Amino acid sequence: MIDTLLSGDRPRSRILAVVLVAIFVSLAAAPFLFPGTRALDVAAKVCVFVLLVASYDLLLGYTGIVSFAHTMFFGIGGYGIAIATTRLDPTWGAIAVGAVAALAISLALSFLIGLFSLRVKAIFFAMITLAVASFFAILASQLSNITGGEDGITFKVPELLRPGFRLLEAPLLGVTIGGRLITYYLVFGAALVLFLALLRAVNSPFGRVLLAIRENDFRAEALGYRTVTYRTIANCLGAAVATLAGVLYALWLRYTGPNTTLDFAIMIDILLMVVIGGMGTMYGAVLGATIFVVAQNYLQDLMKLASGAAKGIPLLPDLLHPDRWLLWFGVLFVLSVYYFPRGIVGQLRTWRT
Amino acid sequence: MSAPAAQSDALPQSRIDFVPVLLVVAIALGAFALIGSPSTWVTLTVAGLAMGLLIFIMASGLTLVFGLMDVMNFAHGLFIAIGAYVAVSVMKVFSAAAGADSLAANLGAIAPALLAAIVAAGLLGLFFERVIIRPVYGQHLKQILITTGGMIVAEQLIHVLWGADQLTLLRPPTLRGSFLIGDIALEKFRLASVVIGLATFVGLVLLLNRTKIGLLIRAGVENKEMVEAMGYRIRRLFVAVFVVGAALAGLGGALWGMYQESVTVLIGAQMMVLIFIVIIIGGLGSVGGCFVGALLVGLVANYVGYLSPKIALGSNILLMVVILLWRPQGLYPMSKQ
Amino acid sequence: MAEALLTLAGVNTHIGHYHILQGVDLAVPRGELTMLLGRNGAGKTTTLRTIMGLWRASAGEIRFESVDLAKRDTPAIADLGIAYVPESMGIFAGLTVQENLTLAARKGPLDAARLEWIFRFFPALKKFWFLPAGLLSGGQKQMLSISRAIVEPRKLVLVDEPTKGLAPSIINNLIEAFSELKKTDTTILMVEQNFHAARSLGDSVVVMDSGRIVHSGRMADLAADEALQTRLLGLSLEVHQ
Repeated sequence: MIDTLLSGDRPRSRILAVVLVAIFVSLAAAPFLFPGTRALDVAAKVCVFVLLVASYDLLLGYTGIVSFAHTMFFGIGGYGIAIATTRLDPTWGAIAVGAVAALAISLALSFLIGLFSLRVKAIFFAMITLAVASFFAILASQLSNITGGEDGITFKVPELLRPGFRLLEAPLLGVTIGGRLITYYLVFGAALVLFLALLRAVNSPFGRVLLAIRENDFRAEALGYRTVTYRTIANCLGAAVATLAGVLYALWLRYTGPNTTLDFAIMIDILLMVVIGGMGTMYGAVLGATIFVVAQNYLQDLMKLASGAAKGIPLLPDLLHPDRWLLWFGVLFVLSVYYFPRGIVGQLRTWRT
Repeated sequence: MSAPAAQSDALPQSRIDFVPVLLVVAIALGAFALIGSPSTWVTLTVAGLAMGLLIFIMASGLTLVFGLMDVMNFAHGLFIAIGAYVAVSVMKVFSAAAGADSLAANLGAIAPALLAAIVAAGLLGLFFERVIIRPVYGQHLKQILITTGGMIVAEQLIHVLWGADQLTLLRPPTLRGSFLIGDIALEKFRLASVVIGLATFVGLVLLLNRTKIGLLIRAGVENKEMVEAMGYRIRRLFVAVFVVGAALAGLGGALWGMYQESVTVLIGAQMMVLIFIVIIIGGLGSVGGCFVGALLVGLVANYVGYLSPKIALGSNILLMVVILLWRPQGLYPMSKQ
Repeated sequence: MAEALLTLAGVNTHIGHYHILQGVDLAVPRGELTMLLGRNGAGKTTTLRTIMGLWRASAGEIRFESVDLAKRDTPAIADLGIAYVPESMGIFAGLTVQENLTLAARKGPLDAARLEWIFRFFPALKKFWFLPAGLLSGGQKQMLSISRAIVEPRKLVLVDEPTKGLAPSIINNLIEAFSELKKTDTTILMVEQNFHAARSLGDSVVVMDSGRIVHSGRMADLAADEALQTRLLGLSLEVHQ
């Protein structure tokens, strides 16, 4: 049963399996295990980024495409919902309209990008996606009538998801059963379903062709597979899932803006997560996103302690300063590319054999 | 025995493609028609040329490195940033001379600052080539990832060494202000930038066309293997070109910092999008293309910034799309074997 | 037969998953022109490229004078006095004819006497001296490629299918040039599909099939033995003129 759910893609490492189960349980029971708004916020962010990073892994790890435009699709999802619920009433219908419109735009864009750019060298493609993403971010901040400019859009959500809403009057196990909880489980549930769908996609014949193309596209072409078609489909699929991740994130934050979705820093974060976690494994996205988001929120406290303890030694307090946590992730990232190309997941699997 | 009968006796002319250069002129003239006022037009044109030439200084190294070594260094912005930051620090050391009202004193502060920027960026380039890039020659995917990672780490290190705040880099007094010719104001620093930029271009052209090293570079861009088969160690040339490219980026960064009069960590990243646009427009690997592309980008940014500020930021990306539709490989594509 | 300038012993070359050279043993006698013949895909070009170090031999030894080339890199191999004229000619289209030759003359300025010699056989090069090599016709490019290889004295010249795709008049021109070159005590290893050219120029001959040497001997003997020609090269090579 588990096998069918995971589409036959087993963890293949006892430690990895344990970690994955722990993460799953933590996320599934987060409102009950980790009380407090900050913890739930972190959990929701983990869910969203697991999905976002997994959709990026489809492109990078499975198809071998480096794109810097992924945050653009993330943003389109968020803005779709935000614009729809502010223009129309904040109903489920509006959300549906927003989501569908966002998906349509993302699919169209990713299709065009795929058609134009996937015929050219990887480096050219990467540069073009950088320019396109940059253009989109400029558009979003300039067209403030539609997008709320630099400030973004705060919007209302349907009754069921509002923080004030109560499903049960009395708290259950110490936790309020209200709008926030429902929103959380919506995000968690959707992320889970979409992640399993991605797992199915990469373990299907389609996924195997992608891997073949990544290994040697000349050979795949010679064997009769039109690589441009497959790459375009992968591009569109990745963009679509990223868009949906954007929808979920916007629903959770009840806000969308350039700094939560389109910032180049987020693109860098995605890269860090997918490489450190493990490219081409899907589970790498789970690990990478969890480690990164948790660290982003809690590591800084640790670093503050360490920085204080290192006072007096030249440079060390500055290197350990909590704001510099990205430095260490960056170093980890560079080391991963050289020495652990399959990331943590790959390394765990190698140790098993 | 002579050449085959089909060959005519007249020598074919080696045609230099002037169309892109004409495009630059056309845009300048078109902008004049739209702007109307000669003094505004001159100011914008000088600003555009200055900005364009500074971008050219920063971008020329990157395009040469790509043409010769097939390496795209996404961390190129670092060399720009290091140049700017080192210039700030050196100018601080010479702050008395920098603030004085004599040209000689000012130059006495600027010259070491620029020199330090060039040397620092060059050294960083040497380190980068050996440690970060050399292990991933030929592997484009890893190159993109590694150089992006290197950029993240180095950006953070800049934070550590110089702090996260924005730093000011004031132009010295004798380089502030403008020359007035009738109605028209020509900013002194912009003119200086144009001069330095043109000097760099001429220097590069002379290097590529009149020296043996330039010969090797031009040959290597076309066919590395053949150059090696003729007995040349092209790897050493790679390192030299990479370091020079980095040093130029450092110079550009220092000058750009003075142009903007402020320096932040993002200076590298901000320029990178423009630099990518310039080298894509110009044709990857072509110094001449980079020159024309930079002029186009600089001029368009300034003209559109005046005529229609809302679309100014995105105008260069639109320019790139238009040019790619016309010539998909850029203005002066390199023919590779 | 003279002593061997270049000897390959048990040379294997893998390209990716493909095992192209499967134990090549051949000897190139000093001062002679050795023809390397064989069907398409036999491994002739791979052999030349392996000698030149452009592809790494996975096993075996390549002895040139007293040096094992298999352990050296391409620039070092060229430094020993070995020149390479590839099938694709490898001329630098953006450089002028003059610049192409200047680059090839590593030891110093171009030798006037040598240039005169080259111009005598390839007058087009003199005519196009200051023009980009990309403007030359196919035959002229081949002339430039060969000239580059011999603009300075070399000990060994590796030539890959010089007559490919050229008109008969130009081929005769090349044959004349190579015949002259042979008189200068330059050792040449040439891959050819054109048997007329092969027969005119070759002193020794080596035949390859499926990554191995299947025959070696004197060209004169092979040229006289039609049955052997058919067996080794598939067709009677009279047809290949």
